[in-house]
Amino acid sequence: MSPEPTTPLLSVRDIRKLYASHVGCTGVSFDLYPGEVMGIVGESGSGKSTLLNCMAGHLIPDGGQVIFDTRAEGPRDTVTMSEPERRMLSRTDWAFVHQHARDGLRMGVSAGGNVGERLMAVGARHYGDIRNKATDWLDRVEISPTRIDDRPSTFSGGMQQRLQIARNLVTGPRLVFMDEPTGGLDVSVQARLLDLLRGLVRDMGLSAIIVTHDLAVVRLLADRLMVMKSGHVVEQGLTDQVLDDPQHGYTQLLVSSVLQV
Amino acid sequence: MIEIENLSKAFTLHNQGGATIRVMQGATLSVAHGECVALTGASGAGKSTLMRMIYGNYLAEAGRIRVGDTVVTDAAPRDILRMRRDTLGYVSQFLRVVPRVPTLDVVAEPLLAVGTPLDDARARAADLLTRLNIPETLWGLSPTTFSGGEQQRVNIARGFAHEYPALLLDEPTASLDATNREVVLDLIEAAKARGAAIVGIFHDEAARDRVCDREIDVTVFTPARAA
Amino acid sequence: MTDQAYNFAYLDEQTKRMIRRAILKGLAIPGYQVPFASREMPMPYGWGTGGVQVSAAVLTPEDRFKVIDQGADDTTNAVSIRNFFRRTAGVEVTTETTAASVIQTRHRIPETTLKEGQILVYQVPIPEPLRFLEPRETETRKMHSLEEYGLMHVKLYEDISRHGHIATAYAYPVKIEGRYVMDPSPIPKFDNPKLTDCPAIQLFGAGREQRIYALPPYTTVVSLDFEDHPFEASRADHPCGLCGATDSYLDEVITDDAGGRMFVCSDTDYCEARQAQGHRGKDAA
Repeated sequence: MSPEPTTPLLSVRDIRKLYASHVGCTGVSFDLYPGEVMGIVGESGSGKSTLLNCMAGHLIPDGGQVIFDTRAEGPRDTVTMSEPERRMLSRTDWAFVHQHARDGLRMGVSAGGNVGERLMAVGARHYGDIRNKATDWLDRVEISPTRIDDRPSTFSGGMQQRLQIARNLVTGPRLVFMDEPTGGLDVSVQARLLDLLRGLVRDMGLSAIIVTHDLAVVRLLADRLMVMKSGHVVEQGLTDQVLDDPQHGYTQLLVSSVLQV
Repeated sequence: MIEIENLSKAFTLHNQGGATIRVMQGATLSVAHGECVALTGASGAGKSTLMRMIYGNYLAEAGRIRVGDTVVTDAAPRDILRMRRDTLGYVSQFLRVVPRVPTLDVVAEPLLAVGTPLDDARARAADLLTRLNIPETLWGLSPTTFSGGEQQRVNIARGFAHEYPALLLDEPTASLDATNREVVLDLIEAAKARGAAIVGIFHDEAARDRVCDREIDVTVFTPARAA
Repeated sequence: MTDQAYNFAYLDEQTKRMIRRAILKGLAIPGYQVPFASREMPMPYGWGTGGVQVSAAVLTPEDRFKVIDQGADDTTNAVSIRNFFRRTAGVEVTTETTAASVIQTRHRIPETTLKEGQILVYQVPIPEPLRFLEPRETETRKMHSLEEYGLMHVKLYEDISRHGHIATAYAYPVKIEGRYVMDPSPIPKFDNPKLTDCPAIQLFGAGREQRIYALPPYTTVVSLDFEDHPFEASRADHPCGLCGATDSYLDEVITDDAGGRMFVCSDTDYCEARQAQGHRGKDAA
């Protein structure tokens, strides 16, 4: 058994992002430890995607800190670090899985090229090695290696999403941001993807932050849950505790609104 | 091993006029190593609520719960997860699993979580499934499609896979036939023998008499219904 | 004879100063694409407006000017541009590589080794080597500034996965002094080895895209590749049919409508010089 980590991988402190007419998100703080998976739920416009993009460096927050425990230098505020450093992080230690696979893939490049890009971006220069790694990763995300030279435009939605995950995880990141990773997929395809993600999270010891409006997804994937409404965190805690014993009126409404099958 | 002091619980329903339902007050009990305590009381008296609070699934309103070295009532999520992984097992009445995961892996998962090598974990899972009479032909399938009784046995196998120092059992023998009931009672006795502290709900009186050392009627913790 | 209606070399002095500044900046940061305010020229885009503006900015009355198009001095475009500067700048023109001080080229580097004091001006259609994989200019600029060049290798990876080898045969991407990745303009990869450690100044002008970049003399230029698929300059399978050269880049020329063909040097000056020295190929008359 590995010893319990004592330094958070990610510490978010009082993140605030304001848009001209309304609050994107405000007053968000939490610690994420290595190996933890946190879900962020809330309806459209609740600020969950804004928060995710602030943490992942896609948006510049108006205030607050996003402190990441870097391999080389320990905890660093990624909001104030230089852009090259932040982009390097997003190619190495971070990964971002988009809701729409086409936002996260190069549709004109073969599956192998898509998976290999991050390797080449960090200096891999041996074609055979890159190809072997790509083959291995396609296999891990349950895509037949015979499809390695096909373009993702010939893939189904579920396959595209799995390819996006392979492309993101090939460099062994420590933190994965996911924006509605199962959105827009058939239910059966969702289940397969969730199972895959769970296995990868456990096997690679990944930490993840998953934004979704699907409570079933967070129950299966997330250890912890944060509920957002109008840019504020209204409740957070252990996932099953928040879902089974919600304290805030909004969470109670959210939980009771789910259709039972 | 498990210590509960002056615990109370209320549900506030914000979407129904803020109605507050008080369900527990002043609950106090402790369970030692190797001891099995049965919670009794009529349906709705708060047996399951108490179990869920011990597991960290429900928040306490006031009071204190300690399981081993974890103070559940003010632990961070990751401390509760660690407690659930290492210390406290829970056999609920319902199986909740990711679709598509084979039964053998569902049972082996708690062992993998504490770092047991895959082969050892699977061997232990196979042993438990065999003892609980789940045919080997089903091990490769997801238990989501199983019958109620089969699901219950998979759930028990999963709960007993890792040798937790403390266990919560919610109706472990319900919907089981005599043979399987016997296997489960053996498992409980074995757990006690190795020193596990157990809190359980048993409607099956014979089972309760056989494995439980004490009974606690949770009705005494139920607040008088507000007039 | 200079046509007095125009300023020397057609462009006004202010414009030439602006272009020279861009050239100097380009020479100071080899391989970096310097934006410049490209002017309308009396020729269409794609005919060498970038190269012509760079030539206009560097020409002095003492220069001797040569223009080649695909290696040839006698194609329409080469003849027109040569005439243009003869009229507007009154400079001497030549077809001899060794005699020229400024050489404007489209798609080739002369076979004859260039020397110190010479300037080679390339016409560039698309200066951005990352363009085909990343269409956003804002993003490619950022990739250059942060040296994020993984994408360039994705292109080469795609080549190998599709063709078994790096099939890019022209405009083969290069890295300059270990820093900027650069498009050498659509020269055949045969010419890539001539880019590095070259004694002449090499200037690149893209008129439509308004970019100038440059290589000062003796710059290190490395063609991108993989460890297990190293860069290989293409080689001709035949000797030149006219001069018998085995070390030059050849054009295939169809000689009749019965499938007859011959391979000849694309660099006409090189071929003629060799023939003048008595070299003969199998198809020579």
